[in-house]
Amino acid sequence: MERVGVFVCHCGRNIAGVVDVKKVVEEVKKHPFVFHAEDYKYMCSAVGQNLIQEAIKKYGLTSIVVAACSPRMHLETFRTAAMSAGLNPYKVEMANIREQNSWVHEDPHVATEKAIRLVWSTINKVIGNQPLKKVRSNVVKRCLVIGGGIAGIQAALDVANSGFEVILVEKSPTIGGRMAQLSETFPTLDCAQCILTPKMAEVARHPNIKIYTLSEVIEVNGSVGKFKVKIRKKPRYVDIEACNMCSECEKVCPQVVLDKDFNRSLTIRKAIYIPFPQAVPPAYVIDAENCYGVGTTRCSECVKVCEQNAINLFDTEEIIEVEVGAIIVATGYDLYPKEKIGEYGYGRYEDVIDSLQFERLIASTGPTGGELRRPSDGKVPKRVAFIQCVGSRDLQHLPYCSRICCMYTAKHAFLYKHLVPDGEAYVFYIDIRAGGKRYEEFIMRVQTESKVRYTRGRVSKIVQKGDKLIVHAVDTITGKPITLPVDMVVLAMGIVPNTKEIAEILRIPIDENGFLQELHPKLAPVESPIKGIFLAGVAQGPKDIQDSVAQASAAASKAIEILSKDYIEKEPLVARVNKELCSKCGVCTQLCPYNAVEMTPEGAKVIEVACEGCGTCVAACPSGALSLANYEPKQIFLMVDALLMKIPIPEKS
Amino acid sequence: MAKNLWREKGMVNLAEKIYEMTGENVYLCYLCGKCGAGCPMADKMDYLPYQVIHMIQINDMESLNAKSIWICATCFTCSVRCPRNLDVARIMDGLRTIKVRAQEQTIDLREVEDLDKLPPIALVAAGRKYT
Repeated sequence: MERVGVFVCHCGRNIAGVVDVKKVVEEVKKHPFVFHAEDYKYMCSAVGQNLIQEAIKKYGLTSIVVAACSPRMHLETFRTAAMSAGLNPYKVEMANIREQNSWVHEDPHVATEKAIRLVWSTINKVIGNQPLKKVRSNVVKRCLVIGGGIAGIQAALDVANSGFEVILVEKSPTIGGRMAQLSETFPTLDCAQCILTPKMAEVARHPNIKIYTLSEVIEVNGSVGKFKVKIRKKPRYVDIEACNMCSECEKVCPQVVLDKDFNRSLTIRKAIYIPFPQAVPPAYVIDAENCYGVGTTRCSECVKVCEQNAINLFDTEEIIEVEVGAIIVATGYDLYPKEKIGEYGYGRYEDVIDSLQFERLIASTGPTGGELRRPSDGKVPKRVAFIQCVGSRDLQHLPYCSRICCMYTAKHAFLYKHLVPDGEAYVFYIDIRAGGKRYEEFIMRVQTESKVRYTRGRVSKIVQKGDKLIVHAVDTITGKPITLPVDMVVLAMGIVPNTKEIAEILRIPIDENGFLQELHPKLAPVESPIKGIFLAGVAQGPKDIQDSVAQASAAASKAIEILSKDYIEKEPLVARVNKELCSKCGVCTQLCPYNAVEMTPEGAKVIEVACEGCGTCVAACPSGALSLANYEPKQIFLMVDALLMKIPIPEKS
Repeated sequence: MAKNLWREKGMVNLAEKIYEMTGENVYLCYLCGKCGAGCPMADKMDYLPYQVIHMIQINDMESLNAKSIWICATCFTCSVRCPRNLDVARIMDGLRTIKVRAQEQTIDLREVEDLDKLPPIALVAAGRKYT
């Protein structure tokens, strides 16, 4: 026979201020299975835990109910305490009489009645609980990092340096990401290439890191400790090992195309190319869409001149299957499409450019070799307008603040004044958000040292007149309209995450703005809701290089926490199948969000390690063959009975 | 019963009144100035649209006397471009309605010059509005 002990916590005045705890103790003692009930000021304190342990021994209790806060707070505490007194942890349950009762009710009379019902119902559940053991599974000591930008690079290096294998998947021909495109970085103004390329080289030579470029993750199954991943590797047509970057192929290639990706359509390249000299892996790549050689006609000029025989025009796509223990998602961002902001004339006016184009224009590795020339006629722009919050903080476009634009615009204006000392830089802003370390100081330096003209007001429209662009704005501080003729306009575009496809493949949620949803916005910012999948960089929310790197290291340490274990322990609250009832209809296998149910000739089978105990299959099973451990229908009905029962209601005082 | 805030002088919350009449919450405005920058009538206005909205935010009754609310052509350029999705033209219309409903101005048709030259429909409309 079950012997239940009930422990009611006051939580100082948090619970006892509203709920009559003595009354609760008195009432639940009437439950036929309750052998012992008591209350205490703080059950979670050492003294409180001791009370529980002693009662278990003294009364020979077989189940425990602690009526206190949310089980999210202290269930582990009480389970551990009961375990050391010899009780199975799954014979401990909590009734939440704080968050779901005393904090939300004011009337003590009603709150006390509700508390009695909640505790009574939990007692009814706990007597049906089975003693369970945690599910154990092995860990594959390998980590998958999706995205080879600065966040992915940092995460890969951290995991690899801890002695674990890393698979780094990048969809473009080189790692480096957006940071490789930048000229200099705020607030210290070190050149982006100078600080990024050493890290890229470290990744390239690291024995624990395997890089897959031109590759995408197309399928992920399994769960923490053992994810089965399928990667599609597109053909590069050039052997990475053999290519010695002699550039002979590039010289003979007859096909000239616009360099849309790395140089953002500001210059041209050949169909066989390297995105930039320090690309990793250091090898040429053929742009199959534009090459004459990989289609039906075969130009083969490059093949003829390649002394290394590195070019293979018959290269094909490859599907790679790997198993990993943890996954880090760092898929980065794109700029918000400028075409969507028609009033700024992007696409119509050549000299209206976006922030990444400006980065390329002033980068020493860029199409102009670091000399600032405007795209339309190659003249040096003598007056430039920098417009902030383009797309960001705009309910018609992106409701959020993109966080980096204030700082990079300040940097742009500063660098512009260095390149063109007699030029004029105007910054149109709404607010300046410089909340990072040494950020405000940097803004101050830009405003004072470079005499950049900060004007508060959102630009309304841009029109072209001759070779000038006319910026229409209003100085909101003086209230005077501004009509400013400039030579070039730089739009500080908001950033949007590249997450849609990967979120579907990994089955992790995205938030209302398309960023990957973290488990908890404050206390678990790098974990996804699925165990073993971690988030880093802009994929999770707008952030600068500093924050991306910090988050990448955090994600890496979370991944290492899993990889360094010999086995994973999981809650045993999983679905179970009654094979005699199963009609093999397969509804459960299709609905399971974790791919944890598979169909066998004998009926449905639950993969305990993968099951998260969500109960979707249980609810859907038409023959009632599935049930959830310790949430059996009988228990649930007993709980509902207790919640609806007629109980003596305490007198109103 | 909805209180007629306007009648209770001294207790008027202009922003609430505007919300009641137009459904627009002026507190959404972060004063970026895009409405003023794009307004085709801006140079005729004494206060730019965002300034009028700010006056409503701080409950400044001067906004009702702004010439701008009558200069506004209701072209909706501001409403289309507002990053906080405020229908600025509608707010202007709300201010005009408050002013008209207060019946502060009246027209004595006997004193109107060139009465016979004016379109009769305009006189009827003016008479309805101001009497």
